[in-house]
Amino acid sequence: MKHILGAVCGASALLLAVPAMAETTLTIATVNNGDMIRMQGLTSEFTKNNPDITVKWVTLEENVLRQRVTTDIATKGGQFDVLTIGTYEVPIWAKKGWLVPLANLGSDYDVADLLPKIKDAVSVDGKLYAAPFYGESSMVMYRTDLFEKAGLKMPEKPTWDFVVDAARKLTDKSAGTYGICLRGKAGWGENMAFLSAMANSYGARWFDEKWQPQFNTPEWKATLTTYVNLMKEAGPPGASSNGFNENLALFNAGKCAMWIDATVAASFVTNPKDSKVADKVGFALAPNTGLGKNANWLWAWNLAIPAGSKKTEAAEKFIAWATSKDYTKLVASKDGWANVPPGTRTSLYQNPDYLKVAPFAKLTLASIDAADPNKPTVKPVPYVGVQYAAIPEFQGIGTQVGQQFSAALAGSMTVEAALTAAQSATEREMKRAGYIK
Amino acid sequence: MARIATTRRVVASTIGAWFFGFLIFFPILWMMLTSFKTELEAFAIPPSFLFFHWTTENYATVQERSDYFHHAMNSIIIAGGSTLIALLIAIPAAWSMAFSPTKRTKDILLWMLSTKMMPPVGVLVPIYLIYKSFGLLDSRIGLVFILCLGNLPIVIWMLFTYFKEIPRDILEAARMDGATIGRELVYVLTPMAIPGLASTMLLNLILAWNEAFWTLNLSTSNAAPLTTFIASYSSPEGLFWAKLSAASTMAIAPILVLGWFSQKQLVRGLTFGAVK
Repeated sequence: MKHILGAVCGASALLLAVPAMAETTLTIATVNNGDMIRMQGLTSEFTKNNPDITVKWVTLEENVLRQRVTTDIATKGGQFDVLTIGTYEVPIWAKKGWLVPLANLGSDYDVADLLPKIKDAVSVDGKLYAAPFYGESSMVMYRTDLFEKAGLKMPEKPTWDFVVDAARKLTDKSAGTYGICLRGKAGWGENMAFLSAMANSYGARWFDEKWQPQFNTPEWKATLTTYVNLMKEAGPPGASSNGFNENLALFNAGKCAMWIDATVAASFVTNPKDSKVADKVGFALAPNTGLGKNANWLWAWNLAIPAGSKKTEAAEKFIAWATSKDYTKLVASKDGWANVPPGTRTSLYQNPDYLKVAPFAKLTLASIDAADPNKPTVKPVPYVGVQYAAIPEFQGIGTQVGQQFSAALAGSMTVEAALTAAQSATEREMKRAGYIK
Repeated sequence: MARIATTRRVVASTIGAWFFGFLIFFPILWMMLTSFKTELEAFAIPPSFLFFHWTTENYATVQERSDYFHHAMNSIIIAGGSTLIALLIAIPAAWSMAFSPTKRTKDILLWMLSTKMMPPVGVLVPIYLIYKSFGLLDSRIGLVFILCLGNLPIVIWMLFTYFKEIPRDILEAARMDGATIGRELVYVLTPMAIPGLASTMLLNLILAWNEAFWTLNLSTSNAAPLTTFIASYSSPEGLFWAKLSAASTMAIAPILVLGWFSQKQLVRGLTFGAVK
């Protein structure tokens, strides 16, 4: 018995023991997107120049990562030294004092080179709280061959009327081709990202200046009615469960004539290794209704340091490396210019090597420039964010509303009923949170 | 009255059983097939069932990108450790409740089960804070502990029902024959309890192996088991279905093989009592 006890104690001690190290170990949390995987692969280039730093990666699915990282940062758990977070979290977390401002990125970092809209999105009161790793907006991707066959020409700035009309004409359900593929899966970052951006182009807004929810306005009704009817007539079956990946699969398999989604998809749909239609894709700005706002969003994945980290110096060194111009050059030299992380730096869009291999570069930049997180809607709003409102309550509210809208798309609810339900749910949550009485 | 097993009935029930067996196994089979496809074929519409270009490149990529054996070893330690400790606590607990129940036994059993009724996310923050204070975050011992606690009610309940089915008459008969307590335990009780113990152990092992909430939330890299290994291949922006399938196949392979070899014990334990 004594032996067993000894063995158990010994084993426990071994499990608990943390090896003493002279070097700094950075734990970096990230999502499993292509550009981040590439960054992981290139870590050795960073550690080669910084032999006193070792890097440990924690890669998780976006929603799991969000929950994991939020728990850690809210409890000051100190498990991570560098976090990959979205533009939604940066202003909220920065205001709570959860993030370390990035003041020592180095003299050659060139903050002025960051795209102004993206830089705004990760700054609070003029201070940079996260460094953008890649940025994206949304745009129309369409099949040039199908458009030609139907005798249609995509304008550079299409209107919703044109998109709806073209989608109807291009739908051939017997051949399994659908005029348009759009997000339908419920979630604040899924269907609501698209629908909030679409609503902006219709002159709608989430809240008025006094935080009163606006789902009972004619603008929202026009948005949702157009969306539901369009998807019924010209969308793929079962669209209410389609998110980014499902639509990407449909588009790459040649099932969609148009797809409005993240600009980062452009490099996937034009890659012959992944796509059957790689050489037949054209791009255009997200549609508008002539009110001055396009239906495109703005998002960036950023690297930030949580306030609980004790290795801020090394963490900042890593962030400066991964978001620098030199990193872009490093990726280009290893994997080619088409694979560099897009949407963060002005210099990339002036680089002739990049422009040559990225037919989508011009429109990505134009789309990012067209989105303004500080002035996202036609009418004034009290919140920051294009396809979201940067308040902590938005995740919950956005997902609840997304469920109603997804139900409207699936046909289990009318558009009116969905909007009424969205309005009362949002009102309830905003009252509870103390924004309105 | 027993029904007569005609050939037709046997054939029909065999076909039926195979059909349902296949239906239940199909998602796993599909995942395994997808893991041998290229990313382009993984989402092909219509999907190709067997006639595609078979490749093992996904496995190579997965192995190159993440350390499978590190994660697998963590899974074995965490699942095995939590099962062992749970059994050590549960056997005496269930034994005493089954053989010398008091008037509170039922309440205690129900109270134990009620702890399983709360969604784990409800206690995530308090547990996280406790783990932080004790330095248990990202440690294997911390995960062993939490999984053991989480599964303990089920283990006790299962063992309790098995032990309860052992008829006291048999024990009395043994005593009449002059068996001492030690002999009674070794020669009478243990053989009757073993199928139940084995199936409880297996079920608990499978539950602990697949547990994805606590293992994802309380580990970062040192103690990360196979659940985090799978989660690292799920992507919101990018189609990596073939790689995800390869990672998932690798993650379930050990437990699948274990289940395969021990299915006789498992079925026996779940369906047979001491006297049936």
